[in-house]
Amino acid sequence: MLALRGLSALDRKLLRDAWHYRGQLGAIAAVVVCGIALFVSLRSMNGYLRSSRDAYYGSARFADLFVSVRRAPLRVAREAAEIKGVVSADPRIVTDVVADVPGLPEPATVRLVSIPVPAAPMLNRVHLAMGRWPSEGNDGEVIASRAFLTANALTLGDSIGVVLNGRWRWLHIVGAGISPEYVYEIADAGVFPDNRHFGVVWIGRAALETALDLDGAFNDMTLSIVAVRDTQAVIEAVDTLLAPFGARGAYARDEQVSHQFLTGEIDETKVTAVLLPAIFLGVTAFLVHVVLSRLVSMQREQIATLKAFGYTHAAIARHYLLLALIPVLGGSAIGVVLGAWLASGLAEVYARFYQFPAAPYVLQGGIAVAAVVVGGGAGIVGALGAVARGVRLRPAEAMRPEAPRRFRHAAFDGVMRRLTTSVRSFVIVRNLERKPSKTLLSIVGLALAGGLVIATLSMYDAIDAILEQQFFVVDRGDVTVTFREPARIAALRALARQPGVLEVEGFRAVPIRVRHHASDRRSVLFALSPGGALRRLVGSDQVAREAPESGVLLASSLAERIGATTGDEIDVHLLEGRRRVVTLTVAGVTDDLLGSAAYIAPSALDALEGSVELFSGASLRVDARHRDLLFRELKSLPEVSGVSIRAVALEGFQRTIEESFGIALVVTLGFACVIAAGIVYNGARVALSERGRELASLRVLGFTRREVASMLLGEQVVLTVISFPVAFAIAYLLGWLITVRFESALFRIPVVVVPTSYLLGTVAVTIAAVASAWIVRQRIARLDLIAVLKTRE
Amino acid sequence: MTAATNAHAPSAAPATPIFRARGLGKVYRMGEVEVHALQGVDLDIRSGELVVILGPSGSGKSTLLNILGGLDAPTTGEVHFRDHDLVNARDAELTRYRREHVGFVFQFYNLIPSLTARENVALVTEIASNAMPPDEALARVGLGERLDHFPSQLSGGEQQRVAIARAIAKRPDVLLCDEPTGALDAETGTIVLEALAEINRSLGTATVVITHNAIIAQMADRVLRMRSGRIASETVNETRRPPSGLEW
Repeated sequence: MLALRGLSALDRKLLRDAWHYRGQLGAIAAVVVCGIALFVSLRSMNGYLRSSRDAYYGSARFADLFVSVRRAPLRVAREAAEIKGVVSADPRIVTDVVADVPGLPEPATVRLVSIPVPAAPMLNRVHLAMGRWPSEGNDGEVIASRAFLTANALTLGDSIGVVLNGRWRWLHIVGAGISPEYVYEIADAGVFPDNRHFGVVWIGRAALETALDLDGAFNDMTLSIVAVRDTQAVIEAVDTLLAPFGARGAYARDEQVSHQFLTGEIDETKVTAVLLPAIFLGVTAFLVHVVLSRLVSMQREQIATLKAFGYTHAAIARHYLLLALIPVLGGSAIGVVLGAWLASGLAEVYARFYQFPAAPYVLQGGIAVAAVVVGGGAGIVGALGAVARGVRLRPAEAMRPEAPRRFRHAAFDGVMRRLTTSVRSFVIVRNLERKPSKTLLSIVGLALAGGLVIATLSMYDAIDAILEQQFFVVDRGDVTVTFREPARIAALRALARQPGVLEVEGFRAVPIRVRHHASDRRSVLFALSPGGALRRLVGSDQVAREAPESGVLLASSLAERIGATTGDEIDVHLLEGRRRVVTLTVAGVTDDLLGSAAYIAPSALDALEGSVELFSGASLRVDARHRDLLFRELKSLPEVSGVSIRAVALEGFQRTIEESFGIALVVTLGFACVIAAGIVYNGARVALSERGRELASLRVLGFTRREVASMLLGEQVVLTVISFPVAFAIAYLLGWLITVRFESALFRIPVVVVPTSYLLGTVAVTIAAVASAWIVRQRIARLDLIAVLKTRE
Repeated sequence: MTAATNAHAPSAAPATPIFRARGLGKVYRMGEVEVHALQGVDLDIRSGELVVILGPSGSGKSTLLNILGGLDAPTTGEVHFRDHDLVNARDAELTRYRREHVGFVFQFYNLIPSLTARENVALVTEIASNAMPPDEALARVGLGERLDHFPSQLSGGEQQRVAIARAIAKRPDVLLCDEPTGALDAETGTIVLEALAEINRSLGTATVVITHNAIIAQMADRVLRMRSGRIASETVNETRRPPSGLEW
């Protein structure tokens, strides 16, 4: 079997013991494999994403500050560059337009970003993944974002149609690019990218200048600064400089959407890279403890003999530590390989979401070494107790059989008597009661397995809840149209005349800066149509409410960020129109899931602005029969800068969720089953070893295999069933942790777990437990009935 | 062989044989070596009879007990318990046979450590059809006062008496005892043997005791001496001596 020549006798024993207990050590190794694979893959991803991001931001000169204005002359940009602390200021033209993309029936929204031709921009350099830079004098040539091209199956040479300042233009794609500004390429107020319907297109400045009447001017600027600590001072200086030009408030990277998402993901892997492996390695230490403790008990006579022959304590300790380390180090090695493989898969998934010129993933030696150290550490921690017991054994004492297991009447006897008359149930309960810490840890381990599955499923549930809330409760318009400029009611009437439009409901969205004490946030002030049915203000209580006639209603995430509560007065700087600064009372807080907006009654907004009612966009209810016709019309309406179609967005979200969470779910499910199986298998094997003689006696007394198995495995059944409610609590706790971690200005994840998820979690653990119990049950059939008549335990 | 075949009609014992074994042989293979544990054993045991089987280690007495108890199958020969064929029975049938007809008493008691004395007995009465209440079974072995003690709280003799109560509570047809006093001192052993004799007398349970201890033979109706897998001799005691009268 094994080439043992050259090994010491004790090491031969070690290898033979390891082989003999391969089932139990194998179960431990399986848990280690999962834990280390998670450690390696998540740690790797954390480092990989962070280093890819930092390297890319550096090489592509990702800007530190961002600001948009209505129209400012280029000399203002030069003045901005002179501001103390500013390294460079890059003025440009940015505008959203509706696009007709070949093969896409619905209109897409394209963000046109100007670039100098033939030179590259100073900041936010576009990296060409394919093709070439637009040529000078050729206004129709553009670089489109790689994700947009891929999602729409477009190639270089294809064209997309846009309406630019009332004129239909064809844009010819000559390059595919990526930019540090759009690593996560997402429309404003989105959560998941929909690369088919939103894309960034870089176009020569000359083409936009003329079309948007911005000759010698700009409407957007990015800046790089000397040091992060200067951020706030520079923002204030820039805001002062740009105030006369309709500035919407400068903001730093931490409010830049793509950066927020990418950094959120990196932070997330940092937490999970600790939390998940800790769960698995904790279970590992527990299983090592259980198995090795039993082994030392069974081998007490062998230990005594070894000591009698003069083996030192150190030799004994080394022997049993090595026995623990065999599955742990073996599992760690496999875990490193599996983790590296998972990491390369994850890198591919990230590459679909995050657009950077990522280097291929390579496992770092440091992480592999750390993994083995961490895995080995878990094994040693688990082994210490049992090893110490082996070392402490006095030879003379160890030669005698172990004292019989002591039981006493316990707390549960009274309860048990009321529940059952069967003494077989007493055997189960008293065995569990006798080792409370082992029982407790088994329950916690099984509950962690179930909790992991439920928590993962609850992510689906939470996202479903967000989608349900957003697409069926809050925003019920089939199509949402955004106007290029705030428009009067005539624009709504024009929309109502479009084919298939059944209902039109206008809304106003004013970019604002909100100040409360020292806190300062950018947000959007919504004025929704009173009594509207298509776009409503609905909190988690599902009740539609109206914005107050006086004062302002804040989304809870905004209220928390600026530390405002109902009754507080806040300063609101309207960054559109006359750009007034007003003081408003917080009339209430609403718990929106997406965004962090503020709400006001349209009449109140009109009064503040001192203007007639204006609309930023409209929600439309549409006759499905005329959808295609309407879409064609929308693609060419000059006043429309963006179109979003509810059904398409919903489908895109769901597809994205399938792609991104599917893998996580399969991995979690599999790994959680390994935990459950490992605990049940080792628990039952150790119980069988401790009580094999007792069970064989029962077989002699006429108990059937099934009855004996039920007494042994009944313990595991009780542990598993008790673990379910604990798993529910753990899942809820994990869900809450995820909520807290994920909560951002962009979206909040509600803690939602639907009954099916609880059910699936318990089913997964049950299947794993039953499968491993079944393997142990086969051993009950092999109990030696004759040996028990003669042997003493 | 002759001793055994001549021994079919002990005058003191009632008439009907419940066990009938003919030509029993058992061969174990230990690697290359064949061990003949039993060789051509014929045996009848009658209802209500107390039989002591004596013999040194390796004489085959345990193998014989195992076969009678449905724990092991002979290599050759046949055994019947009443009309049950124990040789060709399947595992499930043997389990039912043990459950319904046989009481076992082990050398090391084999009580369930997590159950009290009463519960250890109840464990068996729960699965039997015509069992006596556990308290009664324990009273019969003189343990009416220690019902709620766990095995670890009982002496060896007490534990063995619990084991006997457990074995007889279901009113088995036969009680098979493997060295029941092997782990006990003389005084405690006597108490245990008295319990066995009392059960045999009052319930009429056929009782087979295997032992090294020749003195125990005096309490039997019939004594079989085994050597090298055969029944070497058989003695019928005219009178059974009470265990208290045995000199250890």
